[in-house]
Amino acid sequence: MYSLRLAAPDDFDGWREAARGLVMAGIPPEEVDWLVEGDPVPLFGGGAPPAPPADALQPRAPRDFPELARLVCRHRDPARFTLLHGLLHRLQRERGLLDDAADPAVARANAMARAVRRDAHKMHAFLRFREVRVEDGAPAAPLPPPSPIAVPNDPAPARNARSVALALRDLGRLEEAGEAEPLPEAPPVIAPAPDSRFVAWFEPEHHILRAEAGFFVRRFAMLRWSILTPELSAHWDGQEVAFGPGARRADAPAEDAAEGLWRAYFASIFNPARLKPDAMRAEMPKKYWRNLPEAQDIPRLMAEAPKRVAEMVARGATPPAERRQRTVHLPAHLRAPQPEAPAGVEAVMPADLLTETLDFPEAQAALRRDLLARNDLPPWVANATQPVMGEGPQHPLLMFIGEQPGDEEDLKGQPFVGPAGRLWNKALEEAGVSRGEAYVTNAVKHFKFTPTGKRRLHQSPDAGDITFYRPFLLREIGFVQPRLIVTLGATALRAVSGRAMPVTKLRGSLLRDPEGRPFYPTVHPSYLLRLPDPASKAREYDRFVEDLGQAAATARGLP
Amino acid sequence: MELREKLEILADAAKYDASCASSGTEKRDSREGGLGSTEGMGICHAYAPDGRCISLLKVLLTNACVFDCAYCINRASSNVRRARFSVREIVELTLDFYRRNYIEGLFLSSGIIRSPDYTMEQLVRVARELRETHGFKGYIHLKTIPDADPALLAEAGRHADRLSINVELPQPASLKALAPEKDAGQIRVAMAGLRTRIDEAKEARAEASVTRVALAGGRRAAAPRFAPAGQSTQMIVGADASTDATILDVSSNLYGSYRLKRVYFSAYSPIPDAAAALPPAAPPLVREHRLYQADWLLRFYGFTAPEVMAGGEGGMLDLEVDPKLAWALKHRAAFPVDVNRADREMLLRVPGLGAKTVDRIIAARRVRSFRMADLARLRVSLRKVAPFITALDHHPRGGLLDRADLRTLVLPRDGLAERNAILPAGLLARPVQLPLFAHV
Ligand code: SF4
Repeated sequence: MYSLRLAAPDDFDGWREAARGLVMAGIPPEEVDWLVEGDPVPLFGGGAPPAPPADALQPRAPRDFPELARLVCRHRDPARFTLLHGLLHRLQRERGLLDDAADPAVARANAMARAVRRDAHKMHAFLRFREVRVEDGAPAAPLPPPSPIAVPNDPAPARNARSVALALRDLGRLEEAGEAEPLPEAPPVIAPAPDSRFVAWFEPEHHILRAEAGFFVRRFAMLRWSILTPELSAHWDGQEVAFGPGARRADAPAEDAAEGLWRAYFASIFNPARLKPDAMRAEMPKKYWRNLPEAQDIPRLMAEAPKRVAEMVARGATPPAERRQRTVHLPAHLRAPQPEAPAGVEAVMPADLLTETLDFPEAQAALRRDLLARNDLPPWVANATQPVMGEGPQHPLLMFIGEQPGDEEDLKGQPFVGPAGRLWNKALEEAGVSRGEAYVTNAVKHFKFTPTGKRRLHQSPDAGDITFYRPFLLREIGFVQPRLIVTLGATALRAVSGRAMPVTKLRGSLLRDPEGRPFYPTVHPSYLLRLPDPASKAREYDRFVEDLGQAAATARGLP
Repeated sequence: MELREKLEILADAAKYDASCASSGTEKRDSREGGLGSTEGMGICHAYAPDGRCISLLKVLLTNACVFDCAYCINRASSNVRRARFSVREIVELTLDFYRRNYIEGLFLSSGIIRSPDYTMEQLVRVARELRETHGFKGYIHLKTIPDADPALLAEAGRHADRLSINVELPQPASLKALAPEKDAGQIRVAMAGLRTRIDEAKEARAEASVTRVALAGGRRAAAPRFAPAGQSTQMIVGADASTDATILDVSSNLYGSYRLKRVYFSAYSPIPDAAAALPPAAPPLVREHRLYQADWLLRFYGFTAPEVMAGGEGGMLDLEVDPKLAWALKHRAAFPVDVNRADREMLLRVPGLGAKTVDRIIAARRVRSFRMADLARLRVSLRKVAPFITALDHHPRGGLLDRADLRTLVLPRDGLAERNAILPAGLLARPVQLPLFAHV
């Protein structure tokens, strides 16, 4: 039997150094007693293990082993060092050992690591600081036992008391409606008093304080603080963490001025109608309660809950209060709806007549409004963000009609801003048409898609969709009054012509719609994006630019 | 009014919002000044007896509101006492609570006063003071008013980690009926706007970091910051007649369309001063729980919506058993599954096996053939999985899977409050950090 002594209960580096030697010397875990500084010397303790042979190979371990071992070293189980030694020993032959979570030793080490991580997480969560004033020159760290922190007998009121007092000012006058601007602000000086120290008492289950001090440094670097635990204390004064001996609960301050507010918050944020004490206890086990100021209210809150709910239910609905709210500067569409205009007004006035009398922006806005007001929109519209309406000047040289908005158009509410739109824009420029001469819109005004987890897959509109939106498109053409319409792709061609027609056969020819208006069909730019090989892509793109150029030339020649 | 009284009123007014997580943001700390840190992991600093996590100081700026949403305690026609914090009061409370390690940061929302812009401006001011005057590095979640000025939204995104807009009700028609001043379309447009900004900021940051590498040690390019923890929303369950199928459909649509980090479901809960349109009733907590489980199956377990719903009836989930078990009970022919051979997809379908456990089984299978005791060491509930799997030393008793009363045999013994393997423990109440300690 050999024995080895580590410098501290969480001495990972010491363990690693020693374990390496042991594995190299071929000493099995059963033959080693691990002690920690301060442990009593065992009666039958062995001596130091022999040095490994000079030619022994350095032990090897997978990359995630040190992290696991580091955590396990912090566990309070006295067998932890032996367990880790055993794992390192076996890892020399069983390379994949750590992947076998069902191996008893691996399972045990994983469980220990999990417990340590949980303990650390609970420390981050449930540690509570209390503020104290420390006189100048008071011991910072490390502090001599048994009372490491100078707690003044008559603690000066903590800074928080001031902020409470500040808030106690009578604000009632202005607050009646809860809407009035509270009193003018005091100058913003919200820093803890220079001589204050934040002190916490915490009882971790494992040896985690040294490892977790860094968390509190990163979070509270500008404060001076101390964390006291039964085994160790940590003190921060802005430069470095000093570790001192363990402390007692009585060494930490007994109260803090902010706790009253915190407890009030805790009690108010609790919804008595959702009482789920088991869920609470699973996450905040009772053993933590004695150090949580808010926990003392839990029994009362739980006891009162059923009565509070019963009262609410028994009371039922209450008559509405007279509105006490002040003048409201709300845009019209946010106000509660006014009684509807008498039914039938719209019906006697045909849509065309109505829009004739409106100026262009008004006509556009009215189109959108009327579309949104329809209660027979196709069901898939519920999934779209918004209708995407046309953009461009009235009386343009060309009015482009695409299929439907895509993902980006749906999000931004503008037509032709997605990949196909950008390609169209480029082609338009190359064809010598300025954006000021073009109006763009879509045959279908909403984005139709199949949701697939994270992406929305474009879905082509069907005949029913085209028919539904067609009156809106015709109305739009009516007030845009373009020189020439250019339909992009099959959907637009169908919407304008009123029937299904083959784009590839008709592209590049000048046609007339049922009203006799000239239009010019070509392909949709998304077709170019879908072509697989670069050669046909380039060829088709050139053809598309050509089409646009020809459309523009035709339009210029039209009366 | 005393600060304490205000805090009580304005926390009480905020408690019906379920979205109190504090995870998934950028890493920051105060070693260079200021106060606070965020390390990616959300922390629940306390749990209320309702089992919900308390991570942030969740309050309203004011509970006065010009809107009249029937489900809301703060609606204009409610008789509740009104209060309002000053900007300074909220800032002080946040800092005082933060220094004592009570909270991760602030979740600030508000009733709508005067105008959407005015209200949003007040919220933004709180965030600005915390960040700029006090160097606050903790977490900030701001509720966003859909109609507010884009410039205000941009500033909100610069200060806040997360922004959120509540869709409130699953269907536009119910919103129209219960919240007449709200506009479902407007809410979607606002979410789309947030998504666009969040995406753009992310892209710009990615580009900036590429440039930084190219410049090898050059000064860090300042990329615009916009809500690094993304956006979330809340849907109230049980205030209208929407079915579970509709709710799940809407929520997966919201996830996909606006890249939401979370869609919170919140069982409609009785409020002290109920509106006639929505008389108080017990909140459908189990339903809320089942919805979360179903949502989890959809997003992380490869289930499709019809599969999840197949376990229930008439568009509603089975309340008695979790949706994964419900699916298994209706698809018994797919079982038993051989834990030593089945692929990942099939293992994920076994009631009682969570995603993490499945990955561990697959890794360990390379060196071992599983017996039941091996599964127990992975902390699998043998009682739960036994009817559905085979292992080296286990085959479900003959005909077990054909028994009509299998359902009663596998029903959770401890009633509906059981923790089961689909959801990481306590998911309802915790930020998303949990897989670490979850019993999966
Ligand atoms: S807008 Fe509606 S939900 Fe929001 S606080 Fe006002 S009444 Fe409540």
